[in-house]
Amino acid sequence: MTDKTMTPEDVVARLSSGMTLGIGGWGSRRKPMALVRALLRSPVTDLTVISYGGPDVGLLAAAGRVRKLVAPFATLDSIPLEPHFRAARQGGAFELVEVDEAMFMWGLHAAANRLPFLPVRAGIGSDVMRVNPDLRTVTSPYEDGETFVAMPALRMDAALVHLNRADRLGNGQYLGPDPYFDDLFCEAADSAYLSCERIVDAFGDDGGSGPGGVVPQSLLVGRYAVTGVVECPNGAHFTSCVPDYGRDEAFQKLYATTPWAEFAERFLSGPDEKSYQSAVQSWHEEQK
Amino acid sequence: MTTSAVRVTRAEYCVIACAEAWRDNGEVLASPMGLIPSVGARLARHTFSPDLLLTDGEAMLVGPDGRPEGWLPYRRHLAMVTGGRRHVMMGASQIDRFGNQNISCIGAWERPARQLLGVRGAPVNTLNNPVSYWVPKHSTRVFVPKVDMISGVGYDSAAAAGPSATRYHRIPRVVSNLGVFDFATPDHSMRLASLHPGVTLDEVGEATAFELAVADEPAYTREPTPEELRLIREVIDPDGLRDREVRP
Repeated sequence: MTDKTMTPEDVVARLSSGMTLGIGGWGSRRKPMALVRALLRSPVTDLTVISYGGPDVGLLAAAGRVRKLVAPFATLDSIPLEPHFRAARQGGAFELVEVDEAMFMWGLHAAANRLPFLPVRAGIGSDVMRVNPDLRTVTSPYEDGETFVAMPALRMDAALVHLNRADRLGNGQYLGPDPYFDDLFCEAADSAYLSCERIVDAFGDDGGSGPGGVVPQSLLVGRYAVTGVVECPNGAHFTSCVPDYGRDEAFQKLYATTPWAEFAERFLSGPDEKSYQSAVQSWHEEQK
Repeated sequence: MTTSAVRVTRAEYCVIACAEAWRDNGEVLASPMGLIPSVGARLARHTFSPDLLLTDGEAMLVGPDGRPEGWLPYRRHLAMVTGGRRHVMMGASQIDRFGNQNISCIGAWERPARQLLGVRGAPVNTLNNPVSYWVPKHSTRVFVPKVDMISGVGYDSAAAAGPSATRYHRIPRVVSNLGVFDFATPDHSMRLASLHPGVTLDEVGEATAFELAVADEPAYTREPTPEELRLIREVIDPDGLRDREVRP
């Protein structure tokens, strides 16, 4: 059996400039932030980012790493507008492919199923069609003859996702209420990298009905779709990763209100993830 | 206790107007965005629309006591949208005479003056299940002649896009801090359905940058019943957060 464990730096070493990168989670929820931070420490740039956007998009945009973004939104949830996404858009910093949330989901399904597109009743009538002149429609071959948007597959070179638990082989488990679309991201990508709160020898002890007490439905990501596994405690910080931890609202507020250069200098200029985590800890101690 | 003995706040009329959006909806998901629509949806669930489904704002469907009764992560939520068993009340940074809504950006999309949320689920919502809107501050900046980025599809845009767009398209109502509006006109242009008590026709006219259809005798948003007021004030929103969204 292949041990796929690696470090955040190993993951980033396998990425290169110009790649199309999918990022799991949703808004400011269970984002693979430690892997995004590792990316910020690398020279990788000129990325096409595919994301239900949160601070992952904000950080990469603020650092000038995004050439093109495919997203239905970018938000911090408890703070509705993502400040760095806004600034980048208002400054014309990257190209945007703005699609609807459901179009995005069907684009992931198409990619995971190796289909060129899937039809969806969304987009037509809205300005999503005006701002994406390459979008095509498809007419039902059956009696109804209805016309739908043919949402193109959102295929990606690499995907980054963060779950609660994983094993060394690349099987991933979520323990929170929502899987988001992390399994689809992994299946839609040529290579998928899974960070987790904790690597376990065996799943179980969750009070579930599966062997060993596992909740069968919690085993979201299969190793067949995963290239690398990274243990990153607090690796979704400052986004939520329930039940391990909720969103760090105070820190998110700091992120949203601090000038980028100042924030990056204090929290992102260290050599590794550990230096980020200790900078955050120091900041929290100052607030007491 | 009679309602006449108690002053009903503007926010409470807004709650009633939002709750009424879900009357006779049956067993569908009520998806309120914003505080007053949430209070309204829960009020409807507590009273005249007991079959409504509500979420906890995350991935669980919950009963009026907050106990889980189902699971609705985003992937199932988006499937529920296209299945049609849902009535959402969204916000609107801009809305026009035919109900086109914008939450994406202000100014030219190519390089916006103000980037907002993005279109989110507005395109899929409007083509698949009833979509109402909530505007806590009615002004000419929101009620505009033409929106900058059509996110939620209005009646004219749906008609222009064809039968696949109009098939399940419906905008039951728009509720603002000034009144209730619908599209029950021959050309589906926006109409004043009721003024909230204390609001004048002139106020609405001055805060709207397009011509509204108005009945000769404008109606008023109905009074809450004593039981509804009790539920709003003591059970659903005891901290009075509604008054922060719409000032008394």
